[in-house]
Amino acid sequence: MTNMKKIPASDITPEHIYNDRRNFIKNLGLILSSSALSTFANTSFGALNSLPSFAQAKNHGNEKLTSLKDITSYNNYYEFGTSKSDPHDHADLLKIDPWSISIEGSVAKPLKLDVDELIKLIPIEERIYRLRCVEGWSMVIPWVGIPLHSLLKKVSPTGNAKYVEFVSLKRPSEMIGQKDDMLDWPYTEGLRLDEAMHPLTILAVGLYGKVLPKQNGAPIRLVVPWKYGFKSIKAITKIRLVEKMPVSTWMKANSKEYGFFANVNPEVDHPRWSQATERRIGESLLAPRLKTEMFNGYQKEVAHLYQGMDLSRYF
Amino acid sequence: MNQSYVKRLIFIASLWPILSLGIAIFQSNLGANPVEFIERHFGKWALIFLCLTLSMTPLRKITNISEWILYRRMLGLFVFFYASIHLLCYIGLDYQFAWVDIKNDIIKHRYVLVGFLAWLLLLPLAITSSDKMMRRLKVNWKRLHRLSYVIAILGVLHFIWLVKKDLTEPLIYAVIVLILLILRLNIFNRKKINH
Repeated sequence: MTNMKKIPASDITPEHIYNDRRNFIKNLGLILSSSALSTFANTSFGALNSLPSFAQAKNHGNEKLTSLKDITSYNNYYEFGTSKSDPHDHADLLKIDPWSISIEGSVAKPLKLDVDELIKLIPIEERIYRLRCVEGWSMVIPWVGIPLHSLLKKVSPTGNAKYVEFVSLKRPSEMIGQKDDMLDWPYTEGLRLDEAMHPLTILAVGLYGKVLPKQNGAPIRLVVPWKYGFKSIKAITKIRLVEKMPVSTWMKANSKEYGFFANVNPEVDHPRWSQATERRIGESLLAPRLKTEMFNGYQKEVAHLYQGMDLSRYF
Repeated sequence: MNQSYVKRLIFIASLWPILSLGIAIFQSNLGANPVEFIERHFGKWALIFLCLTLSMTPLRKITNISEWILYRRMLGLFVFFYASIHLLCYIGLDYQFAWVDIKNDIIKHRYVLVGFLAWLLLLPLAITSSDKMMRRLKVNWKRLHRLSYVIAILGVLHFIWLVKKDLTEPLIYAVIVLILLILRLNIFNRKKINH
């Protein structure tokens, strides 16, 4: 198994080269697969060795991408420990090969497949999204993944499907943070069906054009960019379509502080942290905080989902 | 050992938080969120020095060596020093002197509020720390400086309420402060006298 920490820095594509590559869409697949082959020869890198070529995203806001180093060393992933550096230090213990995801529940055609099969079924594409943590910091991340709605359409949700429940993995021998009952493992999250079907919602299998690092939720994770980061559950094993609103892990842990919706909202404060502003990771020591935007800046795309809802009540 | 020599040693050792931060900056070891790193660094050291300061009286009792008390004032001033840097980092680095945002943060979030209160209570203690003030205030000086117990409790609460889920680290400080406060209870003093 490849140890994430031990990949020499020279094998990680620096951002400026990454950005250059973005200009050569046609060559990209080739570059990636050949570099992936040379880097990971004789080792098994989970279910996914490299990413096939994909359509690249436009950086609409023209925001500076957070560096790969920061994205992969500053994580909240309590399965590996509660400090920000724990996931980077311990996630390599997790075996992600073999790995299967089952899509089940109120569906006409349930599916069970691995990540390779999944991205053959649905073409991957790149999405550059802001990620806003409930703790008041944010990043800009070039994810690679598939739109969740494409997958959900394949399983034909029945009329009873009102919500989508996501379940991660419970394996304390490899996820050493699970040796403490810090949270009710396995980590569970949920979306309303219309949120899950929204075109912005993706299942990510990569970032910065490469296979998703384990500390970021390999082999497959959810990304819902207008919600606080904890909604974007990592290492998904099960996607279940259900009739009743699922109870998420953080709701169970503290329902006064964490609601089901968890939409980024500068006007509804968390009891611990102000949500009015955020610190952008990777900016200089002297950079000011940024004003947090409603729905993390995706208001135009998603506000209609919550029309008429009291967002201070349904937080 | 010469007391003033020990004092000087303690003073130099007490500058370690500054030096260790300097080393971390020099090695670019502040991580992805350097502002948070620096803020927490000084917050933590303020708490550590608070525990050290409150340890001097119990140490005197336990060891029957009175010298401990000679270092208490300096350690206490280091509490004020590091708590002030911690606060300055919050106001200047984190919030860039955006006073309205800072005011809202203090009002709305209990962990910020108790932290700020703790710093406010440190102010009169720092101001009255000189020999002159000690003489002038007489019995009241001792009463006033019992505020340090309140400050310790507020400081620990500040840490507990900040943390999202993993209370291990703040609870370690809570237990230390609790022990240091219990050691001051009269029962212990009477026992000592009865012996």
